Amino acid sequence: MIKSLIAIFLAAILTENYILNKFLGICPFLGVSKKLNTAVGMSCAVIAVMVIATAVTWPIYTLILVPNNLAYLQTIVFILIIAALVQLIETIMHKYMPPLYNALGIYLPLITTNCAVLGVTMLVIDKFYNPASPMGFSYVQALVNAFGSGVGFLVAMVIFAGVREKLEMCDVPKFLKGLPITLIAASLVAVSFLGFSGLVDGMLG
Amino acid sequence: MDILFPVLLVAGIGLIAGLILAVASIIMAVPKDETAEAILEVLPGANCGACGFSGCSGYAQALAKGEAKPGLCSPGGQECAAQVAAILGTEAGEVERKAAVVACTGSLDVTHEKMVYDGIASCAAAAMVAGGPADCRFGCIGLGDCAAACPYGAIKVCNGLASIDTSRCKACGMCVAACPRHLIQLHPAKKQAKVLCSNCDKGAATMKACSMGCIGCMKCVKNCEVGAIKVENFHATVDPEKCIGCGKCAEVCPRHVIQMLDI
Repeated sequence: MIKSLIAIFLAAILTENYILNKFLGICPFLGVSKKLNTAVGMSCAVIAVMVIATAVTWPIYTLILVPNNLAYLQTIVFILIIAALVQLIETIMHKYMPPLYNALGIYLPLITTNCAVLGVTMLVIDKFYNPASPMGFSYVQALVNAFGSGVGFLVAMVIFAGVREKLEMCDVPKFLKGLPITLIAASLVAVSFLGFSGLVDGMLG
Repeated sequence: MDILFPVLLVAGIGLIAGLILAVASIIMAVPKDETAEAILEVLPGANCGACGFSGCSGYAQALAKGEAKPGLCSPGGQECAAQVAAILGTEAGEVERKAAVVACTGSLDVTHEKMVYDGIASCAAAAMVAGGPADCRFGCIGLGDCAAACPYGAIKVCNGLASIDTSRCKACGMCVAACPRHLIQLHPAKKQAKVLCSNCDKGAATMKACSMGCIGCMKCVKNCEVGAIKVENFHATVDPEKCIGCGKCAEVCPRHVIQMLDI
């Protein structure tokens, strides 16, 4: 059981990385990765929101939508819930954790419409939803997957922030300056992550 | 009728979420500092950091809490200090207008490049390669890191030397931090003697590198009536506190490196 959770966690970071493998959340990946500390700040906010969003959307899906044959409302309901949730977290943080609010403040509203967060909440249901035990072990698996996906986001952001800091000092040909060379660098990082495919299966069976 | 339930469900979730948010924002309302917001309106909003705080909002908060004095904002100047003081109900105090000065006159007319530098077009990078591209290892590199850093477009690089348009300079200090050679300093904006050289080599070495360099001949020290000039490391410096702007040092300087700048 623990083994399967570790496998889910590692797979979410390495082989099923949301940015580098599923190409979700590219906007913050390109927008906020110019500096290492902002990249880390944004990623921490994403980790928190991914876990909390999954923790809330899973019960709503399994206990409200599915019994009423409304699974097709998944997207719109999840967007609604994530938006409200991020707003709520922001209010709570502003009151009780001002330093954290100041550090993450600008990134939190950005996450409201982040497709990686919506992607995690929907894909964990595709993957782990088991009608026989809607709130059992599969719920824990979903949370671990969401957390791993957030950590994977962090890893990709940190790696790419390092790449971009190097890129700043490079003599780039004029026609590639700016976004083009950034996209090429991003694709190379993504290709390097392909090297992890099969790793988790091989390691943990 | 099949459509009714889903519509009600989504509307209901939206309503509940909205109610929770409304209640949360009332329960956990953070009192806004109105003084700080009023001050922020008055500040120039350049976020340059010349005051020593993290941008204009940081300075506004410190002012509202009484942890900072009005008048630290050099882009805003006297007018801004007076407005801030009016909001706080205190004295504005004097704001000394300052301007940035490049302590180098090494244009390509008076000094030479010892190599052709073809690397990254940035002073910070060029300064790391074999002591910089110019003969003088203290002087202006002329690749314009300061001009790129200036938010007011006050700096131009001509003939390998950065020059500052003092009428545009707001003394924010961005160029001071950007110069890898530490050539730029903020000086009080009044007529005073400025040593426009930063070369600390011995006189003979300086002469070889640049025809305008300070050779540490001590003539200015001997001719200064108020003792405002001293020579350390073969290089003269003027104490702006003591200088009365008489101009005698500039007359005797054999290298014409001390100039009376009215900025």
